Amino acid sequence: MIDFSLTEEQQLIVDTVRDFAAGEIHPVARKCEEKEEPIPDALVQGAWQLGLILNTIPESFGGGGEPRSAVTGTLITEELAKGDLALALHLLSPNLTVLPVLEFGSDAQKAAHLPRYAGEKFAAGSAAIVEPSMHYGPLDLATTATKKGANYVLKGRKCFTPVLDDTSPILVFAKEGDAVQGFFVERNAAGMKIEPERNMGLNALNLCEIAFEECAVPASARLGEDKGCDYKRILASSNIALSAAAVGVGQAALDYALKYAKEREAFGAPIATKQAIAFMLAEMHIEIETSRLLAWEAAWLFDKGDPEAFKTSVLAKQTSADMALEVADNAVQVLGGHGYIREHDVELHLRNARGFYAFDGLALV
Amino acid sequence: MIDFEMSPGLEQIRGMIHGVAEMQMRPIAREYDEEEHKFPGPYVEFMHSATKMMGGGMFGGEKKEKKKEGEGGEKKERRRGEKALFQCVTIEQLAWGDAGLYLCTPSPGLGGFAIDAVGTPEQKERFLARFAGDEPCWGAMAITEPNAGSDSAAIRTTAVREDDEWVINGTKIFVTMGHKAIVDSKGFVVVWATVDPKAGRAGIKSFVVEAGTKGMKLIKVEHKLGIRASDTAQIVFDNCRIPLGNILGSPEVVEKGEGFKGAMATFDASRPVVSASGVGVAQAALDAVKEALKEQGIELPYGKPRAQLTSLQRDVMWMEAQVRATRWLAYKSAWMVDQGKPNALEASTGKAKAGKMVTKVTQKAVEILGPLGYSRKYLFEKWMRDAKITDIYEGTQQINLLIVARRILDYSSSQLR
Repeated sequence: MIDFSLTEEQQLIVDTVRDFAAGEIHPVARKCEEKEEPIPDALVQGAWQLGLILNTIPESFGGGGEPRSAVTGTLITEELAKGDLALALHLLSPNLTVLPVLEFGSDAQKAAHLPRYAGEKFAAGSAAIVEPSMHYGPLDLATTATKKGANYVLKGRKCFTPVLDDTSPILVFAKEGDAVQGFFVERNAAGMKIEPERNMGLNALNLCEIAFEECAVPASARLGEDKGCDYKRILASSNIALSAAAVGVGQAALDYALKYAKEREAFGAPIATKQAIAFMLAEMHIEIETSRLLAWEAAWLFDKGDPEAFKTSVLAKQTSADMALEVADNAVQVLGGHGYIREHDVELHLRNARGFYAFDGLALV
Repeated sequence: MIDFEMSPGLEQIRGMIHGVAEMQMRPIAREYDEEEHKFPGPYVEFMHSATKMMGGGMFGGEKKEKKKEGEGGEKKERRRGEKALFQCVTIEQLAWGDAGLYLCTPSPGLGGFAIDAVGTPEQKERFLARFAGDEPCWGAMAITEPNAGSDSAAIRTTAVREDDEWVINGTKIFVTMGHKAIVDSKGFVVVWATVDPKAGRAGIKSFVVEAGTKGMKLIKVEHKLGIRASDTAQIVFDNCRIPLGNILGSPEVVEKGEGFKGAMATFDASRPVVSASGVGVAQAALDAVKEALKEQGIELPYGKPRAQLTSLQRDVMWMEAQVRATRWLAYKSAWMVDQGKPNALEASTGKAKAGKMVTKVTQKAVEILGPLGYSRKYLFEKWMRDAKITDIYEGTQQINLLIVARRILDYSSSQLR
């Protein structure tokens, strides 16, 4: 039955995460982006204490045992991204490992990976999908995995891969024959070279380019082992998470522009009292809400296991990528010259928003 | 809990009305577009008997449900059930069939929304019972005047109390289904008029004028860009006398009173439906475009990066996303009506989006089909013409942007003009 209301529990989570984003994430976002200081450990551990990741890990591995919900994940991702996109992706990174292992991992893989994420302390996750090529497409990867004896050999290049600590393995997606499969690559693997990147935005997130030259991993490192994984489902999860993140960025940009427009006076009145500005703000609101509902629908289909989920997730991601860019651009415009100055949030929102067309696998729900 | 699944009842009505749209509307869509204002007798008859068969109301199930509402006491919201969603789903499908013919469906129309929003139970019974009768009839709403459109507080039509009657004088234009309401049937027009021109918006009230009332005269039916099967009338009120009890809401002129607000509440209920009609037209164009692509063997590669899609693939995927998302905006605003939640922001959000979306999507469909899109042999050009009204009636794009802006900025109508 059609319903747009959150459950009480979801509302509680949203309120908590919203407060955390505003009170803890946002105040340090600029300094982290400018590399004036590293991401504070207190912030990371504080987010971990919210239990957002732990919740969905089975009790047998020390987690909360709650059923996974992409809809709830969508709500959480939006709220965190309102604080700051880069920090949100950092804090949510454990899901990059946890969710694929939960859904597709063999018993041995669950036992090997999940306990790391069921402890008192934050442990990072990492996945590598995107490749540094203008011909890159998530369904058409150039990185290959070839079976050689007891091993798989990885060849190719990845980029936009979060490498957030010194130990967590990286879940690398590569073409194996016609299908795409995931492979856990340990950080000391031979034939893997990691180089930090510098991008237009997301500078607080340690994204890396990784080269695989004849990098051999054991067959047990293949996600799902013999059974493999449903890569399109992982991609749908990524599309939905990134849609939600884009909605968060859009909403943050609008919120900033709204506040500014009510305070900034020109010609003797707040600029928000001029239709030229007010209509821009209204259109921003409308496009954000449009993207939000599409992201929710995709998440809802995903939770049902509906075959339409992938397609809808693609539409949601395209729509929200367009939206985030346009909204952030308009937010800069509302602030005029001030919008161009790095003292204000909106220029960062614009740089972050532009990435959504290129991002894949930076978050999962 | 967030849920996008239609209830079995909604799913059933969706399928049923889709069938009606396919069988009863599409085959005659072009005919009634070309022969503007020709009375769509067979369609009207079909819908009238179908509505009767369903127990008096495809558009809210007037009589029977109303009685139920009166019985128990607690929580009125609960019993609203899915009425607004039901209307959205129904009208989306009818508009998919034909946006002009849909308006010709015998129903209380926009006048019904006004009576629903501010009418007393007695008035609802008196004015709405006729829609379950033996003859098809229509309701209409008359707000716009030659010199007052979006600025509906500026209307000049007057209602003066004389003994136990209201005397109405003025001219109304753009009355959707005015001809069917007062010439073709024993329907009514809900007329907005001021009881005190000096009082501004506080003086504006709405009145029900029934077909056949002396002094009410239809003087013109407009020729339009689209929705040509429907009629859009100009009506003159010349010392038109109606009973005192035909005023909707209180006759008191109170500063910040409920009168104008009540009238505005009409829009909170009608805008979701208009948004849904836009979604229906857009879906019609999208379906036909996808059909054409299929015939040409062109596939939509979901998941390919946008930079690698053809311009055509990009456009169609954009259309698909837009139609889909806008549907949820419309449904959300209707769902809020059903929940008894204030929805002015959501209603205007959905309406502004739907108006723009259907305009752009149908224009894109014409573009994609090239010469075929422009040809009257096909419906693409008609959908584009029909679409445009969605961005105009029940509040233009700009009026809805204004409402959205005021809400998100927390500004009053005097702070943001």
